Amino acid sequence: MEWQEIVYKLLKNKISLIGLVIIIVLGLIAIFAPWIAPPQNPDQPYYIPRAGWGNEPKPPSREHIFGTAEGQYDIFYGIIWGSRTAFIIGFTVVGISSLIGIILGTISAYYGGWIDEIIMRVTDIFMSIPFTIAAIVMTTILGRGLGNIMIALITFNWMSTARLMRSQVLSIKNEEFVQAARALGANDFRIIFKHIIVNTIFPVLIQASMNMGSIVITASTLSFLGIGTPEGYADWGQMISYARNWILGTQGNALKYWFTVLIPGTAITLFCLSWNLIGDAFRDILDPKMQS
Amino acid sequence: MGEEKKILEVKNLKKYFPVKTGVFRKTTGYVKAVDDVSFYIREGETLGLVGESGCGKSTTGAVILRLLDATDGEVIFGGKDILALNRREMREIRKEMQIIFQDPYASLNPRMTVEEIVGEPLVIHKMVSSKKEKKEKVVELLENVGLTADQMSRFPHEFSGGQRQRIGIARALAVGPKLIIADEPVSALDVSIQAQVINLLQELQEEFGLTYLFIAHDLSVVKHISNRVAVMYLGKIVEITGKYDLYDNPLHPYTRSLLSAIPLPEPGKKKERIILEGDVPSPVDPPAGCHFHPRCPMAKDICREKTPVLKEYTPGHFASCHLLDQ
Ligand SMILES: Nc1ncnc2c1ncn2[C@@H]1O[C@H](COP(=O)(O)OP(=O)(O)OP(=O)(O)O)[C@@H](O)[C@H]1O
Ligand SMILES: [Mg+2]
Repeated sequence: MEWQEIVYKLLKNKISLIGLVIIIVLGLIAIFAPWIAPPQNPDQPYYIPRAGWGNEPKPPSREHIFGTAEGQYDIFYGIIWGSRTAFIIGFTVVGISSLIGIILGTISAYYGGWIDEIIMRVTDIFMSIPFTIAAIVMTTILGRGLGNIMIALITFNWMSTARLMRSQVLSIKNEEFVQAARALGANDFRIIFKHIIVNTIFPVLIQASMNMGSIVITASTLSFLGIGTPEGYADWGQMISYARNWILGTQGNALKYWFTVLIPGTAITLFCLSWNLIGDAFRDILDPKMQS
Repeated sequence: MGEEKKILEVKNLKKYFPVKTGVFRKTTGYVKAVDDVSFYIREGETLGLVGESGCGKSTTGAVILRLLDATDGEVIFGGKDILALNRREMREIRKEMQIIFQDPYASLNPRMTVEEIVGEPLVIHKMVSSKKEKKEKVVELLENVGLTADQMSRFPHEFSGGQRQRIGIARALAVGPKLIIADEPVSALDVSIQAQVINLLQELQEEFGLTYLFIAHDLSVVKHISNRVAVMYLGKIVEITGKYDLYDNPLHPYTRSLLSAIPLPEPGKKKERIILEGDVPSPVDPPAGCHFHPRCPMAKDICREKTPVLKEYTPGHFASCHLLDQ
């Protein structure tokens, strides 16, 4: 199947179209953040401006259309700039860890023998450590900050890609067209890039798409636990953590502070959901068994 | 004929695959896929290599091309033992020795266009200096195999099996090889198309002076194209001779049973069909003595004890069977 055909099918599939539209809208918001929510301090645009020093969140008003969170952080500003944070974390972590996984999985399967043995044992060790706990421990050691979160997430996120890529490459490396390339005198580099990776990469892309959502959720979890991005940083997880003390509202008005949870929660949900929709649609299109 | 140059000579070639079992993947035995095989091919001729599925034909071809590492033996090509060459030297040999595969669906990269597939060998060996030159050469190659220039930008899935096989042939021809190993090149094709592809191979042989090692699993396909035929059984060559000699005067009981399976051209004439009992035994633990004895209708005691060797019975006609010595 060719790229054009896949894109065409993605666009024809309603579910994936919804996912695609949401991602594009969020992407546009991220790109145009400086115009949608101009920063007060252009040197530090990721820090949410505060509308005072009071503790209690304030409901949506004319100046603060999404209201303010605990500490008077402007929710609208946090959502807009938080979309950038989500994309940066998602693309960086998924991109780099997929790349590591692709390289290791390919080398492992292609060369086999003791190389395969070593890479797979290391992968097993990393896989045996629970992901969220590992990320929590590592960010606690490294300290708060976007860069540190991403390092921690990358460190424990490449293994499933490596395994997937390895099994993909194993299934294809003895195909006749690979043998033909070898018989023609192609070197390993050419065989791996021109013949093997192009024929094994799609499942990895599907996995990566699905992975975008869960990585952003884990990053948010770290922020929620107070070991993620620094205080006041525009990050959806951080914004939910500001809602922690206000979720229950007040006596007689349980939903009084709904905006503190609902708005950042919706943003995270939409982000994850749409990557999953795209991944799902991708899989349906590429899995020949699903086509009837 | 005897003085003609041998382009390829295979001497005592062996390829054993280790069989690993258990948690610790211990080697518990070997699949003797190619077990002490020797033969030669003269320049310009076609040697047919025939045998049932699993007898080691493809493995023989793959070892000759060094797609698999040999366990032991020599492959003399152009006066050199190519199994001893290093990577760089072997790359040069690859321009002279090519392969056509059995499965036209698996042998072409589905994500490359015909131009990329046929042009790849030209790029690998830097045989063209510009895009334009590459394109011209690809068109020429496609026309050689009966395809046209306007099919160049298409992908393999847009072609029929026969056309795909032609693309594979064009790719093999691109480097200007002297020897082509054709591994069951028509087995996967419709009967009506088989003849076309075989004819194409014969035309190309004449035009470019090619030598073929033509692998097939039955004697009927090989009959048309080969000058000489080698019959393989469980990793060993049991008989090798000129085509007419083989068809008129087969020596080995296995060859005779294979021949009896070919339908006769004249329907009136009857011949005795020799049906072999049982299946090909496992190559992991091949039967002692002559590998063929459990299925041989004439097996004697000696066949169960001693492994026969390939001997010349009439000039150029080799067979390995104890019964011929009695
Ligand atoms: N990579 C491998 N590892 C282990 N055993 C192998 C391998 N490749 C081939 N074999 C075994 O070697 C034997 C010979 O296989 P080969 O493919 O050469 O047979 P063939 O004569 O080409 O058969 P076919 O007509 O089915 O193509 C078979 O028993 C096969 O199972
Ligand atoms: Mg074969």
